[in-house]
Amino acid sequence: MQVSKEEILHIAKLANLNLKEEEVETYMGHLEEILNFANVVNQAPIDGLEETIGANVAYNVFRKDEMIQSFDREELLQNAKETQEGMFKIPKVIN
Amino acid sequence: MEIYELSVHELLEKLDKNEITKEEILSSYQNRINEKENDVQAFITITDTEAKEQFEKEKNNPSKLAGIPIAIKDNICTKGVKTTCASKMLENFVSPYNATVTEKLNEAGIISLGKLNMDEFAMGGSTEHSYVKKTKNPWNLNKVPGGSSGGSAAAVAAGMVPWALGSDTGGSIRQPASFCGIVGLKPTYGLVSRYGLVAFASSLDQIGTLTKDVKDSALLLNVIAGHDEKDTTSVNKPKEDYLQVLTNNVKGLKIGVPIEYFGEGINNEVKDSINQVIEKYRELGATVENCSLNVAEYALATYYIIACAEASSNLGRFDGIRYGYRTQNYQNLKDIYRNSRSEGFGAEVKRRIILGTYVLSSGYYDAYYKKAQQVRTLVKKEFAKNFAKYDVILTPTSSNVAFDLGSKINDPLEMYLADLCTVPVNIAGLPGISVPCGLNSEGMPIGFQLIGKPFDEAIILNAAYTYEQNTDFKTNKPQFKN
Amino acid sequence: MPNFPPKPKYSAPAQPSSAGAPNTHCCPICMALPGTLPVLNEKVVEYAVRAGLATGCEIEQNSKNDRKNYFYPDLPKSYQISQFDKPLCKKGYIEIEDQKGEPKTIGLTRIHIEEDAGKLNHDEFGGGTLVDLNRAGVPLIEIVSEPDLRSSEEVDHYLKKLKSILEYIEVSDCKMQEGSFRADVNVSVRKKGETKLGTRTEMKNMNSFRSITRAIEYEIDRQIDVLEEGGIIEQETLRWDDVSGKTFSMRDKEDAQDYRYFPDPDLVAIRLSDEYIEDIKKTLPELPESRKARYRQEFALSERDASLLTASKYLSNLFEKTTAICKNAKMTANWILSDISRILNEKELEPNQIPFTQEHLAELINLIEKGTISSAIAKKVVEELFENPESPSKIIEEKGWIQISDEGAIREVVLQILQANPQSVADYKAGKERAIGFLVGQAMKQTKGKANPQMLNKMLIEEIGKQ
Repeated sequence: MQVSKEEILHIAKLANLNLKEEEVETYMGHLEEILNFANVVNQAPIDGLEETIGANVAYNVFRKDEMIQSFDREELLQNAKETQEGMFKIPKVIN
Repeated sequence: MEIYELSVHELLEKLDKNEITKEEILSSYQNRINEKENDVQAFITITDTEAKEQFEKEKNNPSKLAGIPIAIKDNICTKGVKTTCASKMLENFVSPYNATVTEKLNEAGIISLGKLNMDEFAMGGSTEHSYVKKTKNPWNLNKVPGGSSGGSAAAVAAGMVPWALGSDTGGSIRQPASFCGIVGLKPTYGLVSRYGLVAFASSLDQIGTLTKDVKDSALLLNVIAGHDEKDTTSVNKPKEDYLQVLTNNVKGLKIGVPIEYFGEGINNEVKDSINQVIEKYRELGATVENCSLNVAEYALATYYIIACAEASSNLGRFDGIRYGYRTQNYQNLKDIYRNSRSEGFGAEVKRRIILGTYVLSSGYYDAYYKKAQQVRTLVKKEFAKNFAKYDVILTPTSSNVAFDLGSKINDPLEMYLADLCTVPVNIAGLPGISVPCGLNSEGMPIGFQLIGKPFDEAIILNAAYTYEQNTDFKTNKPQFKN
Repeated sequence: MPNFPPKPKYSAPAQPSSAGAPNTHCCPICMALPGTLPVLNEKVVEYAVRAGLATGCEIEQNSKNDRKNYFYPDLPKSYQISQFDKPLCKKGYIEIEDQKGEPKTIGLTRIHIEEDAGKLNHDEFGGGTLVDLNRAGVPLIEIVSEPDLRSSEEVDHYLKKLKSILEYIEVSDCKMQEGSFRADVNVSVRKKGETKLGTRTEMKNMNSFRSITRAIEYEIDRQIDVLEEGGIIEQETLRWDDVSGKTFSMRDKEDAQDYRYFPDPDLVAIRLSDEYIEDIKKTLPELPESRKARYRQEFALSERDASLLTASKYLSNLFEKTTAICKNAKMTANWILSDISRILNEKELEPNQIPFTQEHLAELINLIEKGTISSAIAKKVVEELFENPESPSKIIEEKGWIQISDEGAIREVVLQILQANPQSVADYKAGKERAIGFLVGQAMKQTKGKANPQMLNKMLIEEIGKQ
């Protein structure tokens, strides 16, 4: 499985990760190696098999349409680096 | 025998007979942590003061387990105490809520002595991928304790806590348990609530126990198992008492041993040890037959595809906005995203995010993720076929014993291949338990794994218990070799 | 894209709200704190199925939730729980009128469920952006139509019809201002005769029917201009700005979009039994189309009146309930569609904000029928009912608006008017029939509108005949 430099940079962008020049090489190598290994799934006898989504078979687990008490805002915001007026602050987003 | 050497059910017996007090238990373990943490490096956070405060509160709690200490893997949320996932990303994160299992421990009056080291976000098999520290194997301090619940396994093996909670996505409880010579149980997917467990791979993660013996596993499972409305994958079924099922009798039990796990890759000493386990079971009246579980390689590939895909999505929330590490180096939002994530995540986590993003990306989804989900069905079918004939399946927990610190860190694929025996169990959502069964020539522990049908914890616990009661591995103690 | 009235969140049980102080209707799940898990709200499934059944959709009995992965500060998990390849409903349709008033069928591609995002506020002083997650996790259903709409007018008809249906089946209160009914509009243009659709752009942020129409017309013109100057249309998302009346590009161009949809492993599959679907079917109310047909038959209303009345569930309900009391469908329809609708328009009120009851309206109609008040007075009573909803009899009594039906009193007025206006009398006699109108007007003026108009008319003609 060949992974191009372009491809790995595209993937890193989707994942919002920066890769340094040397990291690009390392990750490319690892990704190729792991993908080569992962390709065995293509040899598995899976014709006509359904896809398993979860580990257990369950359906229709719903919540009632009810409200609960909201959490204390201070507690919910306690781990944020920057807040203002009870909101999370980030650099200006044009929208 | 020192208090810290006793298992919890032994502590309870002594408390019952008034031979010891709860205060003595607490101080014995706290002293042991002080004494051994320097060598073992199992803890990320030690909650000495909080534990004493909680102990005072629980003193009059009528619960049998009130006042018994525990420690918790650092990916399980504990209100008011840091939950770091051994990552720079969450170095200072304090959860404002408790995981469901934490609540259950609290209700039982069990006292947390702290949070335990692990591979960052539970990704790894040696605990070397912790941002915080490298945990050592108490049997030999130059060796890894296994992972990702390496802190949990090492702390129990070293007698720093009588038992611990871990999490298992592809073997993260069972493998370190086998490396550290203790018992590790991964329950059936859905038996224990995942609410408050920081997700690595949602369809594979399960919280479980690391204990000195099987009876303690049953005891702790009784505390943490049960339906939780906050986790839709948690199963709504009547509670079982897992202590009741320990009968010390395996007569007529049908055990299948898949030949695929005894091929080239397995270490000879491990193989010999497992063969002795098989002989022991025959001696005890069980039927043991070779069987075939011809999906091992597929299962491992499938595991890495599914686990990384889910992880790439689960770890998206670490964006530097609401909590977690935020880079100092930013002009705009994009900088916050990219720099915080690049600086906050370690190499292994980034590697898996990249792999996961790749297999989900347009053009590759069908070739990898979709196929992997189908292989998952295949693996479940293979197990079901075997469970039509056998009550339990027996394999080595790991094809080898604990390896030297630093010896595999630069070869991710080799590290991944080490999960061959444990991964299929998570893929199929089954219960699995690792039980110590001997030491190799270097004095490192070996473990075997019993796999059961979904929700057959009772069967594998009793099979493990019966083996343990009829062997004397428990008398071996770690030597903290340097 | 209607969502629901203030009700619990899709996947997090904290109170949902777009109102209220920022981040006060939140819990750890809304914040996507590590370790939290979503749980699907049962109502959102039911509502989607209701909407699907009301629009002729096929219901997907084996459905699931998928994750749509992308980073944005209003999306705390960095993925949105949505549906990808197995939406709950697909292949539905809605009947509308096209520009020429001809019936036209608009196809619905799919109806799926998903969770709402939070809200970004701009900090006017500090120059940053502030994230409020009150709305994050609120359930919504998204209705996607086929590319069947050909003008802003058709879009307007389509959305109003959709709104009407959703109100009927009580899936949404459809308040655009409050965001409980929203639309993203895709626009493309093509040359006459071209069969392939052009490249489309998607517009967001229109919060009234009027801004939707304006945005579409603006975007059509913009695209034509670009093409006529030899340019090409880029497929992109645009934000409508109501103040400047223009669209702006929203996303960073260098951002490649690849949502990496996959089944959400935290939420188990959805399986809908035949019974479940049948049960919902049974609770569906009569829909506007069939109600319209019934009105034409049962009450002999015109196509236009029946159509206008049934367009709003509230007006239609008011009509039926009032008619049941006063037994005069024609008059009820007239009053609702003329004066009441006019006042709603003037006051910018929605039909569900009508303050008075069917009893009030029925009583008013009976008072007109009995001749207790004239139409002119009745109009004043309706105005009053919007201000002060109470019994019309009480209103006219308090205001002294009771109609003069006393023959002697009216004749006295008539004689006075005739005496004062000999020219008009002469005109009338000379065949100018319009002159009678002037005389009626004068008499009404003198009685402050209280004279019974039929009696007045009759008596004027009588008295002129005598002269």
